[in-house]
Amino acid sequence: MSVVLEQSEIERSLKRIAHEIIERNHGLDSVILMGIPTRGVTLAQRIGEFLRNIEKPVPVGTLDITMFRDDLRLRPPRALAKTEIPAEGIEGRDLILVDDVLFSGRTIRAALDAIGELGRPRSVQLAVLIDRGHRQLPIRADFVGKNIPTNARENVRVQLLEVDGLDQVEVGI
Amino acid sequence: MSSADFLLRNVLTADQVRVDIEVVAGTISRIGGELTSPFPVVEGNQNLVLPGLVDLHTHLREPGKESSETVLSGSQAAVKGGYLALSAMANTSPVADTAGVVEQVARLGRDAGLCDVFPIGAVTVGLKGESLAELAAMAHSAAKVRIFSDDGNCVSDPLLMRRALEYVKSFGGVIAQHAQEPKLTSGAQMNEGVVSSRLGLKGWPAVAEESIIARDILMAQYVGSRLHICHLTTKGGVELVRWAKSQGMAVTAEVTPHHLLLTDELANSFDPVYKVNPPLRTQADVSALRAGLADGTIDIVATDHAPHPSEEKDCEWSAAAFGMVGLETALSVVVETMIDTGLMEWEKLVDRMSLAPAAIGGYEDHGAIAVGRPANFVVVNPKERWTVDRRTLQSKSSNTPFDGRSLPAKVVHAFYRGVQVLNDGQLTGSKYE
Amino acid sequence: MKRAHLLSTQELTRADALEILDTARQLSRATDGAIRKLPTLRGRTVVNLFFEDSTRTRLSFEAAAKRLSADVINFSAKGSSVSKGESLKDTAQTLEAMGGELMIIRHSASGAAQRLAESGWVKSHIVNAGDGMHEHPTQALLDAFTIRSHFPEFDRDFTGLRIGIVGDILHSRVARSNAQLLTMLGADVVLIAPPTLLPIGVDTWPVKISYDLDSEISSLDAIMALRVQSERMNDAFFPSEREYAREYGLAGSRLRALKKNAIIMHPGPMNRGLEISAEGADSKQSVILEQVANGVLVRMAVLYLLMGGAPIPTEGVLV
Repeated sequence: MSVVLEQSEIERSLKRIAHEIIERNHGLDSVILMGIPTRGVTLAQRIGEFLRNIEKPVPVGTLDITMFRDDLRLRPPRALAKTEIPAEGIEGRDLILVDDVLFSGRTIRAALDAIGELGRPRSVQLAVLIDRGHRQLPIRADFVGKNIPTNARENVRVQLLEVDGLDQVEVGI
Repeated sequence: MSSADFLLRNVLTADQVRVDIEVVAGTISRIGGELTSPFPVVEGNQNLVLPGLVDLHTHLREPGKESSETVLSGSQAAVKGGYLALSAMANTSPVADTAGVVEQVARLGRDAGLCDVFPIGAVTVGLKGESLAELAAMAHSAAKVRIFSDDGNCVSDPLLMRRALEYVKSFGGVIAQHAQEPKLTSGAQMNEGVVSSRLGLKGWPAVAEESIIARDILMAQYVGSRLHICHLTTKGGVELVRWAKSQGMAVTAEVTPHHLLLTDELANSFDPVYKVNPPLRTQADVSALRAGLADGTIDIVATDHAPHPSEEKDCEWSAAAFGMVGLETALSVVVETMIDTGLMEWEKLVDRMSLAPAAIGGYEDHGAIAVGRPANFVVVNPKERWTVDRRTLQSKSSNTPFDGRSLPAKVVHAFYRGVQVLNDGQLTGSKYE
Repeated sequence: MKRAHLLSTQELTRADALEILDTARQLSRATDGAIRKLPTLRGRTVVNLFFEDSTRTRLSFEAAAKRLSADVINFSAKGSSVSKGESLKDTAQTLEAMGGELMIIRHSASGAAQRLAESGWVKSHIVNAGDGMHEHPTQALLDAFTIRSHFPEFDRDFTGLRIGIVGDILHSRVARSNAQLLTMLGADVVLIAPPTLLPIGVDTWPVKISYDLDSEISSLDAIMALRVQSERMNDAFFPSEREYAREYGLAGSRLRALKKNAIIMHPGPMNRGLEISAEGADSKQSVILEQVANGVLVRMAVLYLLMGGAPIPTEGVLV
């Protein structure tokens, strides 16, 4: 595997995404971030830190989408992760989903279903660290750290300090 | 020359003597080494020859529950297991509490022509435990009943038991008690103990059996009558009978093959094939029963062969019927538990499974192989192992707890009053007329 | 948890039990008024096979199944073909033929769930919702879940917790399942009852036995009162309701003897005034209603773990 993003590049991407979020949404009054476990949660927290430093704090939550997956029957039952909705709720808000890699789009499709059960945000936007292509559904990201064209057989491995002890993104077989 | 003339060549007796046995017109005419005889020869192949086994406790279900077993199918199963005399318990429908029913059962046995069927008469009318049945009428009927039992039920009323013990003295009868205090075992499903506590099944405590045994031993002694105790299952019961015998009391006792081998741990499967009354007990009880059979405290092995149709076992435990078939596996189980363990020799097995039961029942044509006696004997290969397959049992029912188990000793031939009813493990189709 | 059935707490490993409890906890975050329905078992069919009357357990399983979007077929024995003599085997096969993939069975015969799972009559997953006096595994799991939620320091291991179960232990599947599960999770369990209501052989269980509630109560972190049936008086298990309530009822001064943070539990339905007083049932320390809510979560977790992943062969019980 070869490294395609190292620590400083990851930081820069996330900072840029934070600025883009503020710009797109004309400020942060209505924005909330929901990270998709596991690493989407870490990324959402980091973006939230940047937003707080740049402008003001935004609510950050987590959204476990396991129960909404369409491929549950292919593997033994998966462990569930936390879903935490911020106290401010999601009604009428601009909800920004945060995940590490966008690939087939099925995870995001499940996230949209999960959100549907929680309430009605004004908008749902998507921020990802890596977009590796090969969409199987009509899903696209609003904020992308880096576009990395990949072979479908390749793996993309995202490691983050808080979870894995270092920051780096690798691609390879 | 009738079919009841033959020479059985080259067999070993229970005390390991090699003999030939000549049978003329269904009676043993000569026993000796290297006999010459004009009659057809049946090769014994150095297998064991034993007097036909005698079962004092069989449920033949006819009349009334012919879907489970008939006198004929039961006789066929018996022969396969080496049994040539059966005592048919009275809990049929109608109950065998009159001369008419016992004579019917006896006649069905004669019609089957494969083994002697001796009907047992009920002690109380309808097995209800309320009033004595016409014991003398049954004794003096063509069925000549000598053993009386309410088996299935206990004669729990002490006064009624006393009267029954006294009454049978006039014709040399014996009461065979199914020892189970009903008030301590209402709704009981299995032995009361560690296993039942874990499984949440209502327990059948040992003391419910032992308290009746103790009572009846003392009562029989008091009125001067014989007592026979059916299916002994507990260590405490063995000790009571041992004490009674040491006092010279006329008490006899039986044990079933399944109680010599199986314990209540099997209930963990909740498979009702292991549900039986009296229940399977603990390893300590099994050991005590084996020791008791070996030292003669327990006089005989009796099968308590209890056939049930599949729907009465293919269900949850508490809905299932109590009972196991046993005629076809009895000898093998006794060999496995008593001979192969070194607790008994073959001579003692013959005593416990043929001679002693014949004596208790008064069955003169059974129990020994001797010149002048009817040719009721079986040839057994003690070394051949076989695997029990519930689907191929001869009995109409298949509720055996030994399914899939490999057991020693195969019954090869059986001769009933000189007629060969079993050849090489298969029924010949011949019968005694 | 690669398991085809949930028949007893006996068969669960500690890892299995914690997996069920952890899964239930994640579902609780999701269902506190927010996510009302999950699509996970959409198109799948669950059968409630209730041969014994039990509205609350049946409704709890039904709620759990429906929250996962499964279809539910309800069978209850009263007035059905069973009262006309249809066997367990035939009833189960009929309901499987109607599309049941998982059967939740409540039956008065100990071992009924295990028979259903092991007999080969049906291929469905089997969940034991209470079989005779034998086991009620989801009850024990929801009780463990409830205890855990009040004692978060003991989240992975109940070692150090002292839990008392008082009542008709002899006839109680809840007692058997709880004694087994809570002990496995590390707790010290003490069973409190008159000698007539303790099974012969209970001294071989890994629990403490006591005939005296008053000597135990102040050391308990949780006390579980079991329902006592007044029919037991007819079989002379205890002389009168009054005597039972006086000697073993969770009432009056006993409630005050409890530790301040001890919790009062009851599987329901309660005989107020017999095994528990109204004061006890309604006290601030009572978690009885939480147990009910937790029951739905735990049952959702069980259904998800048995049915939600790749199909597991159902022949035999996986160990």
